[in-house]
Amino acid sequence: MALELLMGNQAIALGAIRSGVGVVTGYPGTPSTEILETVAKRNPGIYVEWSVNEKSALEVASGAAFAGFRTMVTMKQVGLNVASDPLMSLAYLGVKGGMVIVVADDPGPISSQTEQDTRHFGIFAKLPVFDPSSPEEAYLMIGDAFEYSEKYNTPVLFRPTTRVCHGYATVDLEEKRFEVKAEGFIKDPKWAIFPRLSYLNHLKMEARQPVLSEDFSSYRYNSLQGSGKKGIASGGISYAYTCEALSNLKGECKIFRVATPHPFPEKLALEFLTGLDEVLVIEELDPVIEKELVYLCGKHHLPVRIMGKLTKHIQNAGENSVESVSKAVSEFLRIPIHPVKPSEDMPALPVRPPVLCAGCPHRASFYAVKQAMKGRKAVFSGDIGCYTLGNAKPLDMVDTCLCMGAGITIAQGLHRAEPDAVNFAFIGDSTFFHTGIPGVINAVYNETDIVLIILDNSTTAMTGHQPHPGTGKTMMGNISEKIKISEVLKALGVKHITTMNPFNLQDSSAAVEEAAANKGISAVIFKSPCIAVADPAPVFSVDSDKCTGCKLCIKELGCPAIVKDNNKVRIDASLCYGCSICAQVCPFKAIGGAN
Amino acid sequence: MINCILAGVGGQGTVLASKLIAQTAMGKGKNVRTAETIGMAQRGGCVVSHVRIGEEIHSPLVPLRSADVIIGFEPAEAVRSLPYLKEEGIVIVSQKDIKPVTDSLANTNYEGTEMLDYLKSHVKRLIIIDVEPIFAACGSTRVLNIALLGAAAAAGVFDISLAEIERTIEHKLPQQFIAMNLKALRAGAKTAIKE
Repeated sequence: MALELLMGNQAIALGAIRSGVGVVTGYPGTPSTEILETVAKRNPGIYVEWSVNEKSALEVASGAAFAGFRTMVTMKQVGLNVASDPLMSLAYLGVKGGMVIVVADDPGPISSQTEQDTRHFGIFAKLPVFDPSSPEEAYLMIGDAFEYSEKYNTPVLFRPTTRVCHGYATVDLEEKRFEVKAEGFIKDPKWAIFPRLSYLNHLKMEARQPVLSEDFSSYRYNSLQGSGKKGIASGGISYAYTCEALSNLKGECKIFRVATPHPFPEKLALEFLTGLDEVLVIEELDPVIEKELVYLCGKHHLPVRIMGKLTKHIQNAGENSVESVSKAVSEFLRIPIHPVKPSEDMPALPVRPPVLCAGCPHRASFYAVKQAMKGRKAVFSGDIGCYTLGNAKPLDMVDTCLCMGAGITIAQGLHRAEPDAVNFAFIGDSTFFHTGIPGVINAVYNETDIVLIILDNSTTAMTGHQPHPGTGKTMMGNISEKIKISEVLKALGVKHITTMNPFNLQDSSAAVEEAAANKGISAVIFKSPCIAVADPAPVFSVDSDKCTGCKLCIKELGCPAIVKDNNKVRIDASLCYGCSICAQVCPFKAIGGAN
Repeated sequence: MINCILAGVGGQGTVLASKLIAQTAMGKGKNVRTAETIGMAQRGGCVVSHVRIGEEIHSPLVPLRSADVIIGFEPAEAVRSLPYLKEEGIVIVSQKDIKPVTDSLANTNYEGTEMLDYLKSHVKRLIIIDVEPIFAACGSTRVLNIALLGAAAAAGVFDISLAEIERTIEHKLPQQFIAMNLKALRAGAKTAIKE
């Protein structure tokens, strides 16, 4: 046993390593990324890869699980949408080696497109779901998840949320690692899905649900505490907030903690409901536990009032907090609290939305396109990555953003609606490999006029600089053949492909104008590494004698390194990366390099 | 229980500072929990780290009006986090403001001094750290987090001594950054004692 300060995601990784996981795959996505990174960093001989997308990750892991390996797949909640095709069918086939699919939900949302609830995927696919409430619990619970997976030959979902993923806690690590002796792949018709097999397996899955529900009623992290006529049901991080609120309010009631929201531990839930008048359900995202309890009350004719999101006693969007939970608990138990009043005289605070970093090549790329399209009707479809931040003023270059890879195809739909506009699609390198390629083929095949802008910064930047097929580095530390985006595009039939350094604004702009003049799909690849992986150039400075204070540099570029200084501007040397575009934009040649 | 809020702007190193506090407390046999801002907001947005040290800690998030200390990496961010502070809590804040692009574009004329004045009139125990001399002495602007950590330790807010944090830095930071960060830590501590 050894104590270590670990982030929830690190605890999940080390818990999986302890459980004898043999193959780990995934695609980066906040708040899940550090799980796979930690497996790679502390690797005791496991195969670990960043797959090209979540669907591939789940399929690679499925193959290994068919051969008896314990496997883990990691992704964020929207990643499971991409992997839902293999997920739904794999639920019918099952696995031999334990498979845990870790899907991190993001209430808030803090860093995501949706507030979807992965517990629904468990219900939809009829798969068990584990919901940890702290890093130290996650460390042990993932081991349980592997055991249940093997006991029932089914993949299981493991669903932490941001506050578990990105919180640190003291975790007691066990040194001994569970040994898995994989049998290897044994040929059997059961690994090939067919309608007849699906029907037979569907019967088995339905028969398994009540058995799992019964089993989960005695699962160690599903628990009942306290007594009284009132009860609180909770799970995940909301359970921690509930404990905190009850401890602060010195409140007492019956508490039902649900660690496996699906299949619902019905027997334990009935024990909880018996003798209660009222129940408050405290959970984030959707009312999953609440609906299960409402259902059970109906099924067993229990006269218990269930309150929660459906009755507006708990907010139905955004993340919970100690305050929001304390307020709900105080009203429920009728223990008064003094709400914290906001200070009335607080000065106006600066608005600080996330922005593209100083020196970010995306700023130059967006600006070059914007200049090229000045005075023309153009629509700019964006995608998922750091470059979504190109939406901020003054660039204002993201007119649409939907999901991974959608910019390329949305631009095609816009073209069908507005053929007189120039329709641009921006996509980053990692997103291009993830789900961008089919959209390019679609445009080539259907002869759609769009301009594809590839923002190639040689990394997966937003999630913390993970390698991808274009970088030639793998998570096993190997160097693989770099896949060149220009060659992929050429092979797909894109006729006009130009590669530019975006920091050369004039030539970049000219290249965009030329691309926009072509019929069909034409591509401009803006290639320049992310500042986090490149060496900074010498910083720039403003000659205050030449600076007229027109602030054009600020108004055009919005670079965080350029600040107002009295009536002129100044470059913050600690932020500048020497990208030079402010010097190119300044009409008075007042900005210069190190010399 | 000691509750601590570290409030700053993405890129200032709040996560590392909170980790060093937590690691040091853990080394002393304390239970710790933290919550970090990681992801999109890190790109120049507001970031807040919550650190809780004690025996039984449920929530990783510090409740409002419960922080014993706020370490403000930037004046406005310290003010933004002020609702977390206890009545008798202490604020340690860097004097240096960071003006966001939105401020220049909208001509809102944000000045850190206005925020520091507000803190002076609303916080009973306030330590303002002038970080510029520390940056000059250390030859880097990347030591803000450690300098503030030194100031907080010297002010005795975590029940952790300067020497204990020094040991954590020696164990946890890459070799090439240890000397510079120890220098920043001590410089921050010295400034706090003078205040």
